[in-house]
Order: sequence, then structure tokens, then C-alpha cells
Amino acid sequence: MGRRVPASVISYPSKSLRHNRKRYLKERVIELLLFLAAFLSVFITFAIIYLLISESLVFFEHVSLWDFLTDTQWTPLFDDAHYGILPLVSGTVVSSLVALAIALPFGTFIAIYLSEFAPFAVREIAKPFLELLGGIPTVVYGYFALLFVTPLLQTIFPSLPGFSLLSAGLVMGIMIIPYVSSMTEDAMRSVPMHLREGSYAIGATRFQTAVKVVMPASLSGIAAAYILGISRAVGETMVVAIAAGMQPNLVWNPMEPAATITTYIVQVSLGDLPHGSTGYQTIFAAGLTLFLLTLIFNILGHLLRKRFREVY
Amino acid sequence: MNNTDNINEIRTIIARHKRWDLLALTAGVIALMIAVLTFIALFGNMMVDGMPRLTWEFFTSFPSRKPESAGILSAWVGTTLVMLVTAAAAVPLGVAAGIYLEEYAPKNFITEIIEINVTNLAGVPSIIYGLLALGLFVYQLGLGQSILTAGLTLALLILPIVIVATREAIRSIPLTIRESAFALGATKWQTVADHVLPYSAAGILTGIIIGLARAIGETAPIITIGALTFIAFLPPSPIQDQFPFLSFEWLMEPFTVMPIQMFNWISRPQEAFQHNAAAAGLVLVIMTLLMNGLAIYLRYYLRKKIKW
Repeated sequence: MGRRVPASVISYPSKSLRHNRKRYLKERVIELLLFLAAFLSVFITFAIIYLLISESLVFFEHVSLWDFLTDTQWTPLFDDAHYGILPLVSGTVVSSLVALAIALPFGTFIAIYLSEFAPFAVREIAKPFLELLGGIPTVVYGYFALLFVTPLLQTIFPSLPGFSLLSAGLVMGIMIIPYVSSMTEDAMRSVPMHLREGSYAIGATRFQTAVKVVMPASLSGIAAAYILGISRAVGETMVVAIAAGMQPNLVWNPMEPAATITTYIVQVSLGDLPHGSTGYQTIFAAGLTLFLLTLIFNILGHLLRKRFREVY
Repeated sequence: MNNTDNINEIRTIIARHKRWDLLALTAGVIALMIAVLTFIALFGNMMVDGMPRLTWEFFTSFPSRKPESAGILSAWVGTTLVMLVTAAAAVPLGVAAGIYLEEYAPKNFITEIIEINVTNLAGVPSIIYGLLALGLFVYQLGLGQSILTAGLTLALLILPIVIVATREAIRSIPLTIRESAFALGATKWQTVADHVLPYSAAGILTGIIIGLARAIGETAPIITIGALTFIAFLPPSPIQDQFPFLSFEWLMEPFTVMPIQMFNWISRPQEAFQHNAAAAGLVLVIMTLLMNGLAIYLRYYLRKKIKW
């Protein structure tokens, strides 16, 4: 196997093709159409940014940015309207932290096991199984959190309310495990075998090899997997909307119910808000906050993955 | 004397490292078991609650205020129609974009921008697509809360999945295939359409199935566009008994889909509705499991059968 030459390097096989006008024209038209399809992704990104910003700008004509960032109440639909994003951010942060406290360690353990310990047969079964688990709709996980996990937790903590960030976060964490584990495992498997062999040759155990050789060598790939996990936890909607309640609540305690940024958007969309009202614009301001949060994580992950690809 | 001390010390170190090794192995197995147990609990819990509701009537009845007579007819019809629109939009666009990026794109600034965008779009939360659809499709283009809007929204959502799958499938076709076609005088497009695409079709299909399985379960963007949750009628049939036999009226009709129907039932306080939610969830999970299973099987089959 030699080095792969990208297919796009090959140009037209024959210059004389250009003399065949009709054929040449057809080729160029097709190329243009294909380019437009690819360019659509750029258009979508700009459409998202344009919409979120233009609607948010109207919103910020009514509400000062300072109030938005510092007010501790989020009650846009009440008569006494407050527009502080902090309660929604606190809900998002707490539920994400609970989820990550589950997803990152468990995802990493599974990845280490599958990449360094598991026999071939186990890996062949476990990988597709995890993939199936990752494909289950989030609304189903929401049902599971509300009607199975919450009652289960209530037998341990009797004071736990019917809606809580804890049970939503726990289920969200389990939901994210497959993403973290499969990306982490891919990163670890791409470490060349001779590094492991060198480690084994000087008497290291499999665990030592995994922690001291393989994981440092695939660090940026693992970091990218973690960042993807974070970005998913922050943007997750249905599990928190179903199991964490919809009341904006400035709390840092996972045992309480609270709304996240995504929950608020769902709550407003379920009601009937007229197009152009301040309530309608709030969901775009909330959406912009969410988009910027995940954009930062996505770009960070992209840069890390790029570095990780260049290592070997 | 000193020698035995040394050896004993080394033995304790080895024993300690082996203990850690075993501990890591146990942690991995336990973590995997927790994933398995969760799946069993999730599936089992829904089976217990939902199985008694899964009768023929459940599939042929409209949602109702009475939980015993409510069904998912409008939901599964809606899901089918929305998926038709999604596939019709996402497949040609995604495959075309994949072909362009893999076969045509020169290495320049614009290509780099497109690639960064595709990666970024794959990570944008689905509810943001809902906001995009609300502003763009519902209000600016005036498509309303219709099947067309929902289908296009989900198409945008799964576009990155289809693009990435297409690129991977195309990349695995050896260069020699293209060179042979060029040597026979084929143009670039003839090479792509007659050789590269047919050979990578199964790989592309895998990506499309995974994308559609994702779209079937998506709830948040559909809620955001303001889709009604109580729909007790069906859109007009796409197939008519009179000329021209095909009708596109259904595209502009209001609708409901499976995950929305399930969410609606979960939010009701009565327990009987939650059993309906379990039954709908069961149907939804089985559908996505079957689709993802098919995709995994296809990939496995490909890896075994095709040797270049």
C-alpha cells in the first residue's frame, strides 16, 4: 500500500476534451452543481448566525446586555419581566456537569478496556452494541429518566423532587457514554502497535502501557472526544425538558429542578407566541448563547483533532 | 540476604502493578456492564409499561382524550411522510457535496472553509436547527408548520452525516479504478457516475440509513418549529385515483410525528397516557434499532466481501 493520492489531484485526462464543446460544458455544469451542494453547508452556517443575531439584536433593543448577563431572574413571560440568562446557564452547567461526571470516566474506562484489554470477539460485539445505544432517540431517554431513574433515586434520596437536574444529568451521562468511548477508542487504536510492543518489552503491564504510553500519545484525540461530549451535554434538549422540569431556577444543587437554555426554547415553542413579540425574540437570544457556547467547544475540538491527525 | 530483599521488593512491585492491571480490567468490564444494564432497564421498563398497549388498534387509531382508545396512526403516517421529504432533500444534496469534496475540490481556501463548516454543523445542537427552521422556513419562506418544513429541517440536520459517510465510502475506492476509466477516455463525471458511485453505493447507503435513524428520533427541532401535538386526521394521500395520480398537497399539511406524540403523552399527568408513551417509545426504539442494525450489518458485510 503506497501513499494514497487524493482523487481530486487527477485532472481532465485529455486536453482535447476541451474541443468537444458540448461534452466539456456538461462537465462544467455538473461540477458547478456539485460545488453548490457542498457550498450549502457554508450557507446553512451563515443562515443560522444571521437569524440568531438579527432576532437577538431586536431583543437587545428592549433589554440591555448588562441585564441579560447579570440579572438573576428569567421571567420573560410574566408581567414583571426579567431577562437574566444566569438561571438558564446555571441549569445547563449543573446538568452538564452531572452528565460529564458519568460520561467521561465511564467512557474512558470502556475505551481503555476495548482498546487494550478486550479479546477480539468482545470488541466485535461491544462496539456495535454501543453504537445501537447511541442511536436510541433522546425522547426515549427522557421517558426513562422521568419514570425509571427518578423513582429509583427517590428510594435512595427521599427528598428528591419529581423533576431534578440529577436524574436528567445521570441519564444524559449514560446517553453520552457511547460517543465518548467510541471516539476515545478510535484515538487510542490509532497509536502504532510498536509503541505498545516497546512498552511490553520493558515489562510494563497492559494498564501501565495504556496510561503511560497509549493515552499520552493519543491525548489530543481523547481531548477532542471529551469536548464533543461536553458540546453534546450542553446542547441536549429532550432529556432535561422531560426530567428536569421547566422552571428557571438559579441553583447550583443538582437535587433541585431547573430549566436549561434548551428547555426554555422548548417551553416557549410549546406555547403559542406571536411572531415578532419579545417572548419570540428571547428564544433566539437564548439560542445565540447556546450556539456560541457549543461553537467554542466545536472549534476547539476541530483544532485538537487536526493536530492529532498530523502526529502519525 | 540483600539479594533476597531486592527480589522480594521487586515481587511486591510486580504484584502491585498486576493488581492495578486487574483493577483497570474490572473497571472497564463494569462500565460496559452498566451500559448493558441501562439498556436492559430502559427496554424492559418500556416493555412492561407499553407491551399491553401494543395492539393492532394502537397503530390504526388517532390520538384521543381517552388514553385507552388513543393510538399512533397520525404519528406514524406523519413520520413516514416527513422521512420521505428528508430523504428526498438530504440524499442528493449530501451525496453531491460528498462527491465534490472528495473528487473535485481543489486544495484551496474555499474547500477548507466548506470542510470546517461541515464539521461544525455536525456539532451544532439540534434545537438550533429548529430555530433556523422557525425563522427561515416557517416565517421568511412562509412554508408554515408543515410536513415540508419538518422534512427540510431534519434534512439539514442529517446533511453532515450523509456527507461524511459519502466521503468515506468514496475514499475507499482505489485510484486505479478511476485511472482505468480515464484511460478508456471517460470524462470525470462519467468516471464518477459509472464507476465510483456504484462501487461506493453500499457505503453511502449505510450513512443514509444512520442519518434517517437519527432523524426519526429527533424531537427538539420539530417542537421548535411549533408543530401541533394533537392531530386527529391524516394528510391527503400522495397517490390519487384520478389523473395525474400523484398529489403534493400533503407537503403543506400540519402533522405530528412519533417522538412528538410520545413527548405529548409523557407530559400528561395520568398514568394511562404514560403507558401509551411507553408503547410509542417501544415502536420508536425498535424502528431505530432495526435501522441502525441494518447499517451495522451492511458495513460488516462490506468489510468482509469487498477486496480490491
